[in-house]
Amino acid sequence: MFFRIALLVLRKDFAIEVKSREILTMTLLFAVSCVLVFAFALVKEGEAPPDAAPAILWIAIMFSGTLALGRTFERERYGETLRALLLAPAPRPALYVGKLLGVVSLLGVAELVLVPLVAFFFGAPFFVKPLLMLLMLVAGTVGFAAVGTLFAAMLMRVRTRDVLLPILLYPITVPVIIAGVRGTAALLATPADETTATMWLAIVLAFDVVFITLSLWTFEVLMTE
Amino acid sequence: MKKAFIPLLIATAVVFAAAPVLIAQAPLESTMGLVQKIFYFHVPSWIAMYAGIAICAVASILYLATSRPAADRVAAAAAELVVLFGLVGLVTGPLWARKAWGVWWQWDARLTIALLLWLIFVAYLVVRKYGGPGAEKLAAAVGLFGTAVSPFVYVSVNIWRTVHPLTSVMPSLPKSAPAMVPPMAASAVAFLFLFAVLLIARIELGRQQAAVDELYLAREDGAA
Repeated sequence: MFFRIALLVLRKDFAIEVKSREILTMTLLFAVSCVLVFAFALVKEGEAPPDAAPAILWIAIMFSGTLALGRTFERERYGETLRALLLAPAPRPALYVGKLLGVVSLLGVAELVLVPLVAFFFGAPFFVKPLLMLLMLVAGTVGFAAVGTLFAAMLMRVRTRDVLLPILLYPITVPVIIAGVRGTAALLATPADETTATMWLAIVLAFDVVFITLSLWTFEVLMTE
Repeated sequence: MKKAFIPLLIATAVVFAAAPVLIAQAPLESTMGLVQKIFYFHVPSWIAMYAGIAICAVASILYLATSRPAADRVAAAAAELVVLFGLVGLVTGPLWARKAWGVWWQWDARLTIALLLWLIFVAYLVVRKYGGPGAEKLAAAVGLFGTAVSPFVYVSVNIWRTVHPLTSVMPSLPKSAPAMVPPMAASAVAFLFLFAVLLIARIELGRQQAAVDELYLAREDGAA
């Protein structure tokens, strides 16, 4: 029942997105511009500083993720459809999980473009340890999106939501991003430092568990008017 | 709680009067000399900040669970003190670092994440101020997530190579430098007492504000 509802919410968002492709297009373009802007800022004499690739990748994920979160819920607000969702006889946490899955898969698609792009621009060996790298990306994205989905949903009623979302989201999720950057950097090092990467991955996973647990618990309370 | 205020205020004044004497009598640290005495302000202010975070977390959970306005007022008061004592820590830290490490700021784990934690509680206050109606619940969630991040600050120094002293400095202080224990204890107690006094005063202020708002509303309803 719980997962069926979550999947229904995901399917609904997916159907809308497939028709318009609005959020995906915008998120992707924004992510690519982020990579470019940081490349301009950091590259000196044609050389990027060491460890620039993981930092730029995660910053791009974080920034475009914020944009995607804002747009996802703006759509619900505009159509007044979140009220309908909340009125539905469904457990609230299931709605949250559905929304979270939607945001994570959206960011996943964005990363499918971003990672090869960063690898291409910075000559970073992203595909040496594919499994650990994949785990790192998924775990980091889930951690960021878990908090982001909750806060974006809560902020829907607030007039200043566009500004408040990053203000609230960044300090809380930066530990995940730090761990993501460190772990990715360890994997990109030659030779890849698997022990360090696994340690950072464990930290990210710990944050995932904490954030998702807290979100599942607070979503119900926070979405009640 | 109101009854405890005056005795607590007196106690705070006494400890605050005694602490400087004890700090002055404490031995000079062998390499850092006089500068090391910032220790007696720096560590207690972080202790007070963590006390504030703990209180804010408990009050936030209570508020989310029961929606009692009193819990919200406690959380808000604690969060303000977190920002205040965190600021003291963030100011005394670089002053000490400049002398001990030669730089004002070092981007290492402890400092970065302490700054981050402080920022979360600044964001908490910003949400309360500009969040509009319903911001209390939102703020409570921010406080809760901020608290969830805070243990990371504590362990970060132990897993990440850092220039900041490890957390084990405090428990081992009686062994490594027994003469520093009395002034340290006095400072910690003084800061915690000050914290309690400010907390009680701030909660009472919040209560009175709410009462005044209620009176206004009642009067407007009566006039209409």
